[in-house]
Amino acid sequence: MANLANNYLGIQSPNPFWLASAPPTDKKYNVMRAFEAGWGGVVWKTLGSQVKNVSSRYSSVDYHGHRVMGFNNIELISDRPLHINLREIAETVREFPDRAMVVSLMADNNRQSWHELIKQVEDTGAHGIELNFGCPHGMIERGMGAVVGQDPEIAKMVVEWVMEVATIPVITKLTPNVHSVVPTAKAVVAAGTNGLSLINTIQSVTGIDLDTFVPNPNVGGQSVYGGYCGPAVKPIALKMLSTLGKNPATRPIPVSGIGGISTWRDAAEFMLLGAANVQICTAAMRYGFRIIDDLCSGLSNWMDEKGFKSTDEFVGLSLPKLTDWEQLDLNFHITAHINQDKCIHCGLCYITCEDTSHQAIHLDKGNPYNTYTIKQEECVGCNLCKLVCPVEDCITMEEHRKGDEYLNWVEHQRRGLPLNDY
Amino acid sequence: MIQNNRLALQEYERNFADIHPPFDNQEAVSAEANRCLFCYDAPCTKSCPTSINVPQFIKQIATGNIKGAAKTIFDSNIMGAGCSRVCPVEKLCEGSCVYNLLHEEPIQIARLQRHATETAIEQQWKLYERKAPNNKRVAIVGAGPAGLSCAHALALQGVEVTVFEKEAKGGGLMTYGVAAYKVSPEFCEAEVNWITSIGGIDVRYQQELGKDFSLEDLRRNYDAVFLGIGVGLTRNLGIEGENLEGVVDAIAFIYDLRTQPHQQVPVGNKVAVIGMGMTAIDAATQSKRLGAQEVTILYRRTENEKPCTDVELDIAKLDGCNIVWLAAPKEIIGENGEVKQLVCSKMKLGEVDASGRRSPVDSGETFVLDIDMLIKATGQMPYQHLVQMAAVNEKSGKIQTSAQGATNIAGVFAGGDCVNGGKEVVDAVQAGKVAAQGILEYLALA
Repeated sequence: MANLANNYLGIQSPNPFWLASAPPTDKKYNVMRAFEAGWGGVVWKTLGSQVKNVSSRYSSVDYHGHRVMGFNNIELISDRPLHINLREIAETVREFPDRAMVVSLMADNNRQSWHELIKQVEDTGAHGIELNFGCPHGMIERGMGAVVGQDPEIAKMVVEWVMEVATIPVITKLTPNVHSVVPTAKAVVAAGTNGLSLINTIQSVTGIDLDTFVPNPNVGGQSVYGGYCGPAVKPIALKMLSTLGKNPATRPIPVSGIGGISTWRDAAEFMLLGAANVQICTAAMRYGFRIIDDLCSGLSNWMDEKGFKSTDEFVGLSLPKLTDWEQLDLNFHITAHINQDKCIHCGLCYITCEDTSHQAIHLDKGNPYNTYTIKQEECVGCNLCKLVCPVEDCITMEEHRKGDEYLNWVEHQRRGLPLNDY
Repeated sequence: MIQNNRLALQEYERNFADIHPPFDNQEAVSAEANRCLFCYDAPCTKSCPTSINVPQFIKQIATGNIKGAAKTIFDSNIMGAGCSRVCPVEKLCEGSCVYNLLHEEPIQIARLQRHATETAIEQQWKLYERKAPNNKRVAIVGAGPAGLSCAHALALQGVEVTVFEKEAKGGGLMTYGVAAYKVSPEFCEAEVNWITSIGGIDVRYQQELGKDFSLEDLRRNYDAVFLGIGVGLTRNLGIEGENLEGVVDAIAFIYDLRTQPHQQVPVGNKVAVIGMGMTAIDAATQSKRLGAQEVTILYRRTENEKPCTDVELDIAKLDGCNIVWLAAPKEIIGENGEVKQLVCSKMKLGEVDASGRRSPVDSGETFVLDIDMLIKATGQMPYQHLVQMAAVNEKSGKIQTSAQGATNIAGVFAGGDCVNGGKEVVDAVQAGKVAAQGILEYLALA
């Protein structure tokens, strides 16, 4: 059985699954339940100035009868008194010394506030600090949260203040509400942050109640932009994560991956794209802490199958396989093939190709079942038919190279080859 | 002994409760609707005699557009509500669902259809706007599925329709001829009211063709006529003892069940049912549900040739009916004028006959069943005398029509069981719809 033990910036945890800074890590009661269930670590919900929350706070996006494909919240940082949080953090660290305890912080925007808060947190025995530069609602109006993360200069300044006093590892959590996470990441790396984490939530409106016309969530007939997360944001998070791994300035800095991770498969994907460990919130809020069992056993079994003995053996392995468009092989060509024995004649491949792609599927009328076959000469190998086919391995993509050699766009242009055959 | 009041009232209620109850929560509706793949040129639609756009209405249910779903169904089949309860979907839409090819449960099309149509009828949604009256008048004989479907399609186009119905209620076979656990009288009435609520349809009950009026009267007073008179006479067995007390025909038996409180319908202790069609199953299962102790269904061919579906046969089996294949009635033995025994010939399969099935051949051996009631469900015969009286072209009592329902008499159309000899409700609805189009063209309205 593969060893899931994780070392992130020297912070040890029995597995790479941490609970992200959010309602599930708001107090000792929740965190104790999480640790009892087996979670490797937590990032305690953000401490800072006292705030006041509203009701309601969450809304979700359901899709085709599946609940919570996307999730949105308008909660602020912890609304519990600072001294209670600090006391409970200290107690929890004592009771579960083998689990990672990282504390998320968002101090008022001055050096002294940050210094004081960091000292108070370090006194609890916590193992690390995460700087919340991402919260997209409520705090931005006060010059905190995402406002910091959106301005590399301000972010750099705050990290410098923090590094002046911090003696435990500091992780800077980035906001996705930017055109690129790289500038802020580079700035905070230059300022000395030990680690990075991403993504925080994305500003969003999840939907409108079609009876009341009030956007969700409804706070007494009004709403505001909330922070979007959950399975729907995973592709965006993966992209942003990989840009850190691709950039020479940020590549050496270990990243904690966050954003729509619901299963061990998602976690493995984040780690393959460079995350040293992962943080999870929405999936836990959807199903409770018991999902940790499958997260651990699924990842461990996959590691066994692939021959990985420890988690750091596969971190970043997929990064070299992400390249620039110009480097892709123009001679690589695939076409679809429909296995008639498996085909259930739903016609979805046909209608999508006919209506929206390349008219590469031939239809033979039948009663009640039509027969569908690929017109090889028309097929551009776009994958659409395979993607919409409801039957496993019914449509397969077969390789028919246009030429033996590897030929990319740069070389294609250099040789002055024709653009198309029309 | 044949008697009524065999069970407690609650037992009757339980035995005749809805056999395929509707979805009872929105979650289940949504989950099922979202399973639908939304097939292109969908096999389910092709397998529906009325060509309901099934993927379309299921998509509409999935998005919460129940009104749109109901409209999609009714546009093709105005009796879509009744059909969702009585259609043998396992051999129509659900039977061709592509999930069958994946060896998974097909989409519950009938239940979803019921969900949408029932909601529409309950909520009295106004889905159709009649065109302004065009001064054309059409008479329809029979307020069954064919007649009502024809009436609705004509009224929609502004035609004034008068429907003549010999019974006291509309719905035809739906109201009088199917098992009570499939549709209730209240449902049938609501469905008739729903169809006629479009306006321009005047139903005159207890008006019988050949008795209260003639085809000539109708031809004189209306611009066109549609005959949707169905079938209704059970074929005689032509054997000794057929006139004994206790020998009944399935149509009459089910008619009684549908028109009287269940506890008032008498049934025997030991019942034999002859035939293996839907009506035979309905008669047998309901005999059992009325309290008969032993019910035996006899069929002269084997299970491979049976006209009913597996689903129907399973209902009979689950109700505890005995099934005897390769048995044909030979003689009914009575005592004091009442049925006592049924002598049956054991059959074997011979050559393929005109129906394409291997024909039953008498093996010469017999066996005897003790019974006190015999129900004949050996197929229905057309109203040959009515058809001949009306002088329309016919073949063995079945009215001959063009593809659009036109008979040899100008302006006289026909459709449904009286043309096809007796098929599903949904076939009759389609025939009424097609004939309405023929009539509109005949009246130069289309």
